[in-house]
Amino acid sequence: MPSRRNCGRRYAERVVLRDNGVLELDPTQVKYARSRARKAGRPVVNLAKRHTTVSVERATLRLAGLSGADHENVPWVNHLLDSVRAQVGLEHGVTTPVWDALIRGEAPDLLTLAQKAAGGAATFRQPEGKAATTARKQARSAVARGIRTIDAQRKTRDKLIARHGDPTQKPWIYLIVATGDIYEDIPQAQAAAREGADIIAVIRSTGQSLLDFVPEGATREGYAGTYATQENFRLMRAALDETSKELGRYIRLTNYASGLCMPEIATLAGLERLDMMLNDSMYGILFRDINPIRTFVDQRFSRQIHARAGIIINTGEDNYLTTADAVEAAHTVTVSQLLNEYFAKEAGLADWQLGLGHAFEIDPSIPDSFRLELAHALLARQLFPDAPLKWMPPTKHMTGDIFRGYLLDGFFNLAGAMTGQGILLVGMMTEAVVTPWISDRDLALQNVRYVLNAAGGLTEDFHPPRDGFIQTRARQVLADSIDLLDSIVGDSTTSDPPLLAAIADGTFGAMKRPATKGKGLDGVVRKAAAYDNPAIDLLETGETR
Amino acid sequence: MNRRNDAHEARRRRENALPGELSIKTPGPIVRPYGDTTGDGMVQLSFTLPRPHDKRAEGAAVRMAMAMGIEPALLVHAKAIGPDFTFFVVYGPVKHLVDISAIDIVEREFELLSSKEVNAAVKKHLRRKLVIVGGCIGTDAHTVGIDAILNIKGFAGEKGLEYYRELSVHNLGAQLAIPELVESARELKADAVLVSQVVTQKDAHIHNTTAMSAAFREAFPAGKVPHLIVGGPRFEEGSAGVLGVDRIFGRGTTPGEVASYLVHALVDPATRVGTTTTKAAS
Repeated sequence: MPSRRNCGRRYAERVVLRDNGVLELDPTQVKYARSRARKAGRPVVNLAKRHTTVSVERATLRLAGLSGADHENVPWVNHLLDSVRAQVGLEHGVTTPVWDALIRGEAPDLLTLAQKAAGGAATFRQPEGKAATTARKQARSAVARGIRTIDAQRKTRDKLIARHGDPTQKPWIYLIVATGDIYEDIPQAQAAAREGADIIAVIRSTGQSLLDFVPEGATREGYAGTYATQENFRLMRAALDETSKELGRYIRLTNYASGLCMPEIATLAGLERLDMMLNDSMYGILFRDINPIRTFVDQRFSRQIHARAGIIINTGEDNYLTTADAVEAAHTVTVSQLLNEYFAKEAGLADWQLGLGHAFEIDPSIPDSFRLELAHALLARQLFPDAPLKWMPPTKHMTGDIFRGYLLDGFFNLAGAMTGQGILLVGMMTEAVVTPWISDRDLALQNVRYVLNAAGGLTEDFHPPRDGFIQTRARQVLADSIDLLDSIVGDSTTSDPPLLAAIADGTFGAMKRPATKGKGLDGVVRKAAAYDNPAIDLLETGETR
Repeated sequence: MNRRNDAHEARRRRENALPGELSIKTPGPIVRPYGDTTGDGMVQLSFTLPRPHDKRAEGAAVRMAMAMGIEPALLVHAKAIGPDFTFFVVYGPVKHLVDISAIDIVEREFELLSSKEVNAAVKKHLRRKLVIVGGCIGTDAHTVGIDAILNIKGFAGEKGLEYYRELSVHNLGAQLAIPELVESARELKADAVLVSQVVTQKDAHIHNTTAMSAAFREAFPAGKVPHLIVGGPRFEEGSAGVLGVDRIFGRGTTPGEVASYLVHALVDPATRVGTTTTKAAS
């Protein structure tokens, strides 16, 4: 018969079990890992705060209502910004000289000013004293209107979700549409929603990340995707609003805030009520060779916008595993998730907005590959219990054998169901063969539905045994990530923030990206003491005017 | 159906052919698909028709399969995809035959060398390192292919070209602008340029490759253009000339094959193989 004391201990054990989840991770280790991520991230945030970029400034102009492009499709925000930069520089921000010019009567409104500036017919100066104060005040009230539009869109989303409802099952089902033509995308997206998708992602034309401007208008051609433009956003959101009403389920829309125009695209997403945005802190640096400082400045602003707009971000850790080995590099995913979490929270995002990424990319020919996947997926689940988590399907080991691929996708779905992932990107058996056919998508959704229907409740039963294979592996990956974070933070021989040194060394995705190189570096400007950006002020204070 | 009899007949012919009867024991030049019995010609097929699912659509699917030479076509599965489409799975024997002796394939024209042999050949004949520049051009962000060939980690159990002591490898990564690639090739005095193209939507791989070869021809004097190689899963065998490149590698190519080819093409043409080729490239 157990003694009273024994009962007490068993109860205490149960409490520990519940608190530390099914993996029984050491809470002090988890805490330590977070503190290391903070230590690695903070110098980068400080660096980001000391700089602005052409895209942050253009995003601010967009918030003030400037849109459209000239006959050669060069946006007016680019014209205005380039003209201001050429005449007075961007160290003080773009808004003060622009509104000073409007006050001085250079043009009656922002659009006309941009048009005149494009023709070289507007002069800008850096106002001082009272003139500067007045210009700043007017700039703030113009930019605040854009912020209030974002606030209103967030309210509309809340209202529509209350009316139509969220998906009944977890994970939410995420499907990609990519034809290159927005008018083809729309019926495909609506059909995908009718077939069961909860989230529609319109993949971008792959060239877009390296464009230093946002294309304008409804677009009908793109490579491997459709351009992200304000008009395309608006058209697709309107179509999905119709479908949400028809289906009695709010269909979320996703796009990509990445590349050189990340802040502007985030802003357009907020203005047009997109619901999720791909937004990784390091993806552009590693996979697009965009300058690290440019990326960190741009991502901080874009995340502030996402936080305000109630947009869920999706991070891109799955990408590391497409270039590095998914077992050997498992800890780099955890490290990146911890960093993404730190940067996201610093920018004001809440836990429910963190769709941290990870993927099912372990070579299926190695023994215990599925158990390893479960360990990794559970680790992410346990480390970020309140984040939705984005679970990405196999791509690297999809060989063209569609039958084997279909089975692999089934196991991917099963791992997602067993470990309680929040967002499940539907895997296609024709990955690496063709862009999905209508039948591929239908079969893929049948696969997801079967697994969720048959095994969706397994999260309740699935408790890996204490100190067994899965628990041990998860702890190992956590320990490896702590080692990596330690080596990053300890690696402060240079004056650069240590994280930048680590990125330069090729720590992530095996790609070396020094802070002095990469695309978009010429768009980075160090702020002067008198720098002013009303958008950043409004985003940081939460004010509306 | 008398499949059991067919099977019986096939076994008899294989084991105990009558005088003058074509024996199935030694495969002839004529082939047809194999399901579970020699000569049954069985194939499986799936496709979608843009029709609501009804009897007429099913009839159309059978007719479609018959037009492809499947007779009788056995419609084993039909399912509506939304209100306007139907998905079909069809089984059946094809009546077509293929003469194996009439198939043209590109035989591998070079000898497979070990990494040691590659290094030795470069050292002996070139007396300097062989410079290789690689990357994914255009909008293609899929570095899987180029990384499999270049990164030390390699592919299919073979180490990548970075592992070879006598090869100087520069992997320029993804989404490389063509002028950037040309410039780097010039700066590094590249002997060979390797480009990977995975994205094939709207023939992006074709456009990118022809643009690249044109850029190289423009930037370098004739005869000085680095050896241009593209790799990717969707290049047509034998289209190198049309694309303006020197060699194409397809799906499943290993780093060792590329290294051996480079030795053959740029270092020591003596590694050409004669008639003893054992298997086709890729």
